[in-house]
Amino acid sequence: MSKSLIYGLLLSVLMVIAPHASHLPLWVSSLCVTMLLWRAYLTFSGNALPKRWLLTLITVASLGGIAVNFYALFGREAAVTLLMLMVTLKLLELRAARDAMVLIYMSCFIVITNFFYSQSIPTALYMIATLAVVVTTWIHLHAPNIALKPRLRTAAILLLQAIPLTLILFVLFPRIQGPLWGLPQDAFASSGLDDKMAPGSLSRLSLSDAVAFRVNYADKPPARDQMYWRGPVLWHFDGSTWTPGRTIHSVAPQFTELDKAVDYSVTLEPHNKTWLFTLDMPDKISVPASLTHDFQVLGKEPVNSRLRYEARSHLGFHANVREAAWQIQRALQLPPALNPQALQLAATWRGDGANDAAVVRNALSYFNRQGFQYTLEPPPLGVNGIDDFLFTTKKGFCEHYASAFVFLMRAAHIPARVVTGYQGGEFNYIGNYYIVRQSDAHAWAEVWLSGQGWVRVDPTAVIAPARVQTNVAAAVPNETAALPFMARMVSNPPAWLSNLRLNWDMLAFRWNQWVLGYNTERQFAFLTSLGMKAITWQNMAIIMTSGIWLVIGLFALFMLRHLFARQPDKVQAAWLRLCRKLAKAGLPRAAHEGAQDYSIRIAAARPELAATLHDLAARYIALRYGAVQDEQAQREFLQRAAALKI
Amino acid sequence: MAIINMLDKLKTRFSAWLFRHKIESGTIVLNQRRIFIIPTRQGFALAFVLVLMLLGDINYNLSLGYALTFLLAMIGIMTMLYAFRNLAQLEVRAGRADAVFSGETAQFLLHFHNRSALARYQLCLTKKATGLTPLCFDVPASQDSTIAFMLPATRRGWLALGELKLHTEFPLGLFHAWSYVHFDTRCVVYPKPLPDAPLPSGASPDGAGKHPVAGDDDFAGLRNYVAGDAMPRIAWKAFARGQGLQVKQFMSQVGEELWLDFSAAPDRTEEEKLARMARWVLDAEAQGLRYGLRLPDDELPPNNGAAHRDECLRRIALFNLPQQTQS
Repeated sequence: MSKSLIYGLLLSVLMVIAPHASHLPLWVSSLCVTMLLWRAYLTFSGNALPKRWLLTLITVASLGGIAVNFYALFGREAAVTLLMLMVTLKLLELRAARDAMVLIYMSCFIVITNFFYSQSIPTALYMIATLAVVVTTWIHLHAPNIALKPRLRTAAILLLQAIPLTLILFVLFPRIQGPLWGLPQDAFASSGLDDKMAPGSLSRLSLSDAVAFRVNYADKPPARDQMYWRGPVLWHFDGSTWTPGRTIHSVAPQFTELDKAVDYSVTLEPHNKTWLFTLDMPDKISVPASLTHDFQVLGKEPVNSRLRYEARSHLGFHANVREAAWQIQRALQLPPALNPQALQLAATWRGDGANDAAVVRNALSYFNRQGFQYTLEPPPLGVNGIDDFLFTTKKGFCEHYASAFVFLMRAAHIPARVVTGYQGGEFNYIGNYYIVRQSDAHAWAEVWLSGQGWVRVDPTAVIAPARVQTNVAAAVPNETAALPFMARMVSNPPAWLSNLRLNWDMLAFRWNQWVLGYNTERQFAFLTSLGMKAITWQNMAIIMTSGIWLVIGLFALFMLRHLFARQPDKVQAAWLRLCRKLAKAGLPRAAHEGAQDYSIRIAAARPELAATLHDLAARYIALRYGAVQDEQAQREFLQRAAALKI
Repeated sequence: MAIINMLDKLKTRFSAWLFRHKIESGTIVLNQRRIFIIPTRQGFALAFVLVLMLLGDINYNLSLGYALTFLLAMIGIMTMLYAFRNLAQLEVRAGRADAVFSGETAQFLLHFHNRSALARYQLCLTKKATGLTPLCFDVPASQDSTIAFMLPATRRGWLALGELKLHTEFPLGLFHAWSYVHFDTRCVVYPKPLPDAPLPSGASPDGAGKHPVAGDDDFAGLRNYVAGDAMPRIAWKAFARGQGLQVKQFMSQVGEELWLDFSAAPDRTEEEKLARMARWVLDAEAQGLRYGLRLPDDELPPNNGAAHRDECLRRIALFNLPQQTQS
């Protein structure tokens, strides 16, 4: 194998494994890079490949490392890591063309594993670039003598030709709704809300600018402070962490709507949980889902691929006005013997003989007046976390406020619970939709008031109104450096940048909808819109196959046309023109006459032409029957034949 | 059994019809009727990998994965056209094939003419049932390439080039496109001469073959060295003068005619006798004798020179050929 081929293989492997560097354990990335460099050095210096026992040693050590790192040799992360190590090790024992072939196939396979982590537009472009390098190397493997330029050209043309064919397949290949087998737990990278909340869990999430979902409102969007997207509802508090707790039986939720409905569609990014986010309170949803007793919408299965659904919500409501007694009990649970000061504070509010609504107002004005700060980096709290927060640090993020508020309410014997979810979002005026990011994650409270049912109270809105009115960045103007780029930008972007960014997000949104979200239903809808009547997989297969063969046929026509076309012989054509010219002058060539005889006959009849014609005939004979093809001689003949005047 | 036999027969007849090749002369143009394509083992391996990838795409609902799988599949399909194009309309013409001695390697020249503006890469020539490694070469755009196909010559007589398979797996090795070319070229294979055999004594009793030209006055001139000339006859002085390898030629003044007679060979088998005669011819020629050839059914009057030598060797090579080597 030539050195350049090995460098090509090295580059292919490097391009294939590079995107994985961000999520591979550091030791794996460094090991891979070391082995690549080692192989490059061996190739460069021409030294022998490492001995088999050494490779075996490295292999065994890597397997051990993976086992220790992932506690398993199976599962997606471990398998991907194993593939990375295998492909780099294979490079070190690259001896025959067969090994190179295995490497190429492995590289193609590894490209696909990257899609577990990202399927964005840049990833797609990178895939094309990687494929170009891999195919170029692949060609080199099978044609060792082909120079770099034609190799690149062939690879590029192959790729370009394959793209329209791929498009046909992509649109028409009957989509089967996965999964075919059980997905391992770690099948998808997930970021997002959790079903528990401790101090710091949401402020950590607010550092991510990953998109949680995007929303299209059918009509006018509601006011910003109405955009509460309901996620997990947390009932049980153990002193530091809120969890959903357990209910004995669930009761069908009921609410009376007070406001007119809002219709919207949500494109939810996969988060590997069953929650489907809706505005309070959801009335209808287009996918199979259930509404829990605390108004969460749960899908039938974890959302592990992008999901689009239409929903309708009522923004004004009375929810569960007649709540079951055991639910009221659950909403009053407190961890025993913790936070004495907070208990006392609540007791003083209650002691004034105030009603529930007055206690809620008291609590909110307490937060408002006592110099609480909204911050991304709250100081750590002790065992009596609520007390520490309320009376000592007075600095917190939304989870601190929601938690403390619910605690105080319960202490004052008002049923309350924590609701987590998302609040607000960024309006994309170019695509006319809202982008809700992980940084919009929020926690608020709900209290149950007799006659009104569950009422939303957001203590954060009291301390940092900007959080609810605008976004996190506006609420923590001095800490924006810690925020993700996207969240930070929203506060004060230059217009052109904002345009660029929103355009890009719209492109990503369309990409998500049409490319990544192209599933059975969307395929059906799209083919129907194209005017296809009977959409069965047989029909799709027939159209797909004939389409592909048609395009391949066109390519074949285009590629082979030159080969099979009868190549007009310029020399002969010029000679025949010359003969026609002479025929007009009354000296036609007889059918049996060769060029020489003809020229002799004409020379006899028209002595003034003799020299020129003898010359032309001699040239013609040399060009047409001679062994050597000379471009220069051909040009000269053509010129002289054309220039002949009779 | 009868059915299997019948199937076998059908298969043979089918492939005889499909690959209906005949022995040709002149220029063969590889048109679409002559080119066949079949996926290689690597092609099937890629198909297998793609099926695995497709299962992954479906299971994990990876849209980009679908795109990658389809892209690779379509690249693979397209290479079928490339493999075909790599052979299409190529012109092949058989060239010279010089005679060799048995045990040597015969060189059959083949001229490939590529009229198109498209370079042809990695064309390979093989011959069935020879176990030779494929001979691979490129034919640049609008050019001629001359390829020497080597075939070991194992026995005297005619060595036919036979049917060759010209194949290519360009560009990705997924499809095997091939064409059969069967030219009527053949070359003569002389019997392998015995390493050492004294010339027959009939004509020159006292080993005249060795010293027929002892006197310098018989020197007749120089001629170019030909493989097989005896070392003592090389004109080293001329060589030293930079005139290349030349051999001193001597004329036998007296009618010293040597008859190389088949019946005079002391060996038992026919092949051994012929091998001895080949040696005689070479030695007689090297010593500048006039020699004639006498085979049981053939006779060549005495003469000398390269042409005469070759004709003698040729007659020896083709003497009483067994039927099967005459293909």
